[in-house]
Amino acid sequence: MKITPEMVKHVAELARLELAGKDRRKMDKQMTNILEYVSLLDELDTTGVPPTSHVIEVENVFREDEVKPSLPVGKGLANAPESVGTAFKVPKIIDG
Amino acid sequence: MKLYQETIHSLHDKLKAGDITSRQITESVLERIDAVDEKVRAFITRMDELALQMADAADERFRKGESLGSLDGIPVALKDIFLTEGILTTCGSRILENFVAPYDGTAVSQLKMEGAVFVGKTNMDEFAMGSSTENSGFFPTHNPWDLERVPGGSSGGSAATVAAGEAIFALGTDTGGSIRQPASHCGVVGIKPTYGRVSRYGVIAFASSLDQVGPITRDVMDGAILLKAISGHDPADSTSANVPVPDYPSLLTGDVEGMKAGLPAEYFEEGLDPQVEEIVRKAVADLEKRGMEIVPVSLPSTKYAVATYYIIAPAEASSNLARYDGVRFGVRYPDAKGLTEMYKKTRSRGFGPEVQRRIMLGTFALSAGYYDAYYGKAQRVRTIIRREFDEAFTKADVILSPTAPTPAFPLGEKVDDPLQMYLTDICTIPVNIAGVAAMSVPCGLTSSGLPVGLHVISSPFTEDLMLNVAYAYEQERGEFPRCPL
Repeated sequence: MKITPEMVKHVAELARLELAGKDRRKMDKQMTNILEYVSLLDELDTTGVPPTSHVIEVENVFREDEVKPSLPVGKGLANAPESVGTAFKVPKIIDG
Repeated sequence: MKLYQETIHSLHDKLKAGDITSRQITESVLERIDAVDEKVRAFITRMDELALQMADAADERFRKGESLGSLDGIPVALKDIFLTEGILTTCGSRILENFVAPYDGTAVSQLKMEGAVFVGKTNMDEFAMGSSTENSGFFPTHNPWDLERVPGGSSGGSAATVAAGEAIFALGTDTGGSIRQPASHCGVVGIKPTYGRVSRYGVIAFASSLDQVGPITRDVMDGAILLKAISGHDPADSTSANVPVPDYPSLLTGDVEGMKAGLPAEYFEEGLDPQVEEIVRKAVADLEKRGMEIVPVSLPSTKYAVATYYIIAPAEASSNLARYDGVRFGVRYPDAKGLTEMYKKTRSRGFGPEVQRRIMLGTFALSAGYYDAYYGKAQRVRTIIRREFDEAFTKADVILSPTAPTPAFPLGEKVDDPLQMYLTDICTIPVNIAGVAAMSVPCGLTSSGLPVGLHVISSPFTEDLMLNVAYAYEQERGEFPRCPL
């Protein structure tokens, strides 16, 4: 599958990445190469084969809804680039 | 032999007898790091002071007769993917270059409870994405056997420390071969346990359905000791398996008489270095001498494994790495005008090229209109690959192959060709896809003195069989040469 510059732009937007001109062109080519390689899978007939999302049998794991000690607020905020009181601080959300 | 060259079990015996102290071992290791790490560059963070404190605490326990067990007082290096409370944990990424972990991961707490001495956090490919440790956001690590070559990856720092005597043992993680391939390239033992055998709590996530924690050690006995220490169910990781943990060390008998080893033709095809093939076939013959029966097995979809992996792993990674948004931890781009710009600039500057490539691939594979053709298809192929392993294990107790198709390659050789780099994991990736167990044990040196690994694969939760086959091989092989550094 050929990856066009428009597709790279769209995917980068979804992934919240900003690719500069040269990097974006390199990305078109590398993604095209890798996707060409993975198209090998089209040879295999997978009709009626169920998908594997997990290799071991996992069932829902339930527990009692009890309050247990968790990370104290101070520790949770210690790595934050910016915080205020007991909250993480971010730049303004509505652009423009 | 110097203390830093010994094994967990030999040091433990001496500690127990009171012949040496943990401080002596730890000082020997720290001096060795001083002497060689300028060349190897295995560590991102050293913690000499903490190491000596932990060593003294261990010595105190031995003096009082309260030793905690086989790992007490033994120096370990931890891949920088493991959260370690109060200690820098970067995952090899600039985006986490200032991240101090707020708690210990489960494997790390288990090592602490057993008294192991932490000497440092090791270099790795950024977010474990790579096969050479050249994708580290900081610097590449060099192979102690040949400093011009890569140590393998992503746990290249951990494997290099064990090979170079910069730790007695190490912890790594393996998503597509990241423990076994560097172990093979560095001439040490590396184990990827069954998916679910070891808790992933407090391990920075790459691809959650593939990631697994495991030992890197000097011999199989040490691997068995360490695997026992870190295995078991953990309520904090709902994917960890509630399956009893055997006493692996005591099950190493070396008796493999009558056991069946499957040789899959698909792992001995083109692309395999002739010297690697010769050395691995000789190792298989050594096991035959010990009474193993060698039988052909077929894993016909092997050639689809790398392609399957490069859809599933990036897809899961693109989701896991969404958390690096400059809000709760890590580095934030400071001058953005609004939130969206802050996200984009933080992520584009913080992640290296390989990580961005995989996030892009994964986001694409999961995006509207392409999900079924890529991610859905890969999950179906995953089922086929699993079924083939199930079928092979009805004919053989273990499967043998090379761990990597070539010995360690020169630094810089594949770094600009992602696809060639991906193909170096062709023998190890199918194991993660199927969730089975596997390990690498050193089985020879090429004519230029580079280590080669024998890959032993076993069915889910039969690590005891796999370890015993590797142990039997090790007995037949005899002492492995030490790296010349």
